[in-house]
Amino acid sequence: MLLDVLLQGVLLGGLYCLFALGQSLMFGVMRLTNTAQGDFIVLAAFAAIAGLSLVAVGPWLVALALLPIAFGFGWLLQRHVLNGTLGHDPLPSLVVTFGLSIVIQNLLLELFSADPRSIDSGGLSTRSLELPGGTAVGVLPIVILATAVGATAALQWLFARTSIGRAFRAVSDDREIAELMGLDARRVYALATGIAFVLIALAGVLQAMRTTVAPSDGPLLLLFAFEAVVIGGMGSFWGTLVGALLLGVTQQIGFRIDPGWGLWVGHLVFLAVLVVRPQGLFPRTRG
Amino acid sequence: MGTLLQIEGLTAFYGDAQALFGIDVALDAGELVAIVGANGAGKSTFMKSVTGLVKAAHTQVHFDGGAIGGLPPGEIVRRGIALVPEGRRLFPSLTVEENLAMGGFAKRRGPWTLQRLFKLFPVLEEKRRVPATALSGGQQQMVAIGRALMSNPRLLLCDELSLGLAPVVIREIYAALPSICAEGMTVAIVEQDVAMAQRVSRRLYCFQEGRVALHGDSGALTREQISQAYFGI
Repeated sequence: MLLDVLLQGVLLGGLYCLFALGQSLMFGVMRLTNTAQGDFIVLAAFAAIAGLSLVAVGPWLVALALLPIAFGFGWLLQRHVLNGTLGHDPLPSLVVTFGLSIVIQNLLLELFSADPRSIDSGGLSTRSLELPGGTAVGVLPIVILATAVGATAALQWLFARTSIGRAFRAVSDDREIAELMGLDARRVYALATGIAFVLIALAGVLQAMRTTVAPSDGPLLLLFAFEAVVIGGMGSFWGTLVGALLLGVTQQIGFRIDPGWGLWVGHLVFLAVLVVRPQGLFPRTRG
Repeated sequence: MGTLLQIEGLTAFYGDAQALFGIDVALDAGELVAIVGANGAGKSTFMKSVTGLVKAAHTQVHFDGGAIGGLPPGEIVRRGIALVPEGRRLFPSLTVEENLAMGGFAKRRGPWTLQRLFKLFPVLEEKRRVPATALSGGQQQMVAIGRALMSNPRLLLCDELSLGLAPVVIREIYAALPSICAEGMTVAIVEQDVAMAQRVSRRLYCFQEGRVALHGDSGALTREQISQAYFGI
C-alpha cells in the first residue's frame, strides 16, 4: 500500500518536474519569475490539440513538431518582450508575465471554450506494466517520468559541460562582466527562454495526454511548478526534480488519507519547507 | 609605434552626478602608465569609460586611430582592450579554468593561451577545477588578470590590483607584470599605493576630483609634487 502511494507519487512528480524545469531555468539564468508558466503549458497543450484537429497525424508527431515552434516562440518572446522587463527591479517582469497569463487564458477561452480537452495518446494511457510484487503502473506515467529525468540530466549536462552552459552561468552571476567578455546577454537570455519553452511544450502535451486541460488550469500548474522549485532549492535542476517528486509523493499521501486532501497536504509540506529551510533542500551555494 | 590610446576631454556621469570633468590622457604603445588619486578621484570611472561600462561620448576616446567612445563593452574587447575590474568580479559559479575560458570568449588571436597563463601563474593550474571564488585574494587576482589576458588585448587596464591584498601578495602580483609587458602590451594601472605606482610605471597621472591634476615621467615627479596634486593643495 505504501509502496503504491510512493510509486504513484513519484510518477506524478515526474510531470511536476517538467512543469518546473522551465521555470527553474528562466529564474536561474535571468532572475525572471514567469508568472505565466502554467498558462504557457496550457497554451502548448491547446496548440497540440489544435494541430491534431488540423493534420491527420499521430499525437507524437504533432508533439515533436511543436518543440521547435515552442523554441522559436520562447526565443522571440524573450528577445522582443521579456528582455525589456529585466533590470534591478523584479516588478516589471512579474507584471508583464502576469498580464500574459490573463491574455492567454482569455484567448484560449475565446478559441476553445471552457470545456476540458485531452489528447489521445493512442492507448498509452490505458496500458500498464506489471511490476514484480503484483502492482501495475501505467506506461504513460513511466514515459513522463523518464522524460522528466532525461530532461533534468540534459539540462544539468548543458549547464555544467558546454560553453553555452558556461555562458548561462556567467551571465547569471554577473551580467555586466559577462558583457565585458563579449557576451551578448540579450541573445543568451533568448536562448535560455527558447529552451525553457521546449520544456513547457513537452509538459503541456504530456499533461493533456495524462489528464485534461482547460483554459483556466494555468495558475494551478504554476503553483505546482513553484512549489517544486522552492522545495528542491533554487539553482539546481536535480533539486527541482527531487522537489517535484517530493511534492508528488506528499500529494498522493494526502489523496489516500482523504480525496479532498491531496493538494492541501502538498501545500502544507511546501509551507513547512519555506519555514524550516527556505533555501530549499538542495540549494546551489553561490560565492 | 605612436599613440595607442588617446583620451580627450572625457566626461562621465552617474545619473545626474558628474564624475569626470574633461580628462586628457595619452598612452603610447608598449608603455606602462600608472593612474593614482584619492578615492572618488575618478580613476575607476575612467577605466570603465574606456571599456564601455560607463557611457563616453564617441570622439572622447580614440583607440588605435579609431573613435570607440560609447561602444558596447563586447565590441571594445574585440578591438583589443581588456579590463581587470576593481574587486576582481570573478564568476562564482564557474571554476578557475571556466573563468579563464570566459575571458577568451571574444576569440582574439594572440600569444596568451591557457597554457601560457599557467606558466605565468602556476598555482592556477593546480587549482584549475576549483570554484574561482574559493581561492585566496591574491589567487583570485591572478585569475582576474588571466581572464583579461585570455582576450589577447593590446591594452590591458588594471583597476586596483592591490585592493585588499597583503603586501607580500601584492609584490608577487606586480612581479608578473614584466612578463605581461614583454611582448609590447600596453598597460595602464590604477593604484592606491603611490610609491608602488611610481616604481613600476614609466609615466604617471594623478587624478583629483575628476580632473588630471598632474602627469609626467614617474622617475621625474617628486613625492611632494604628487602629494599636492593628490590632495588638491
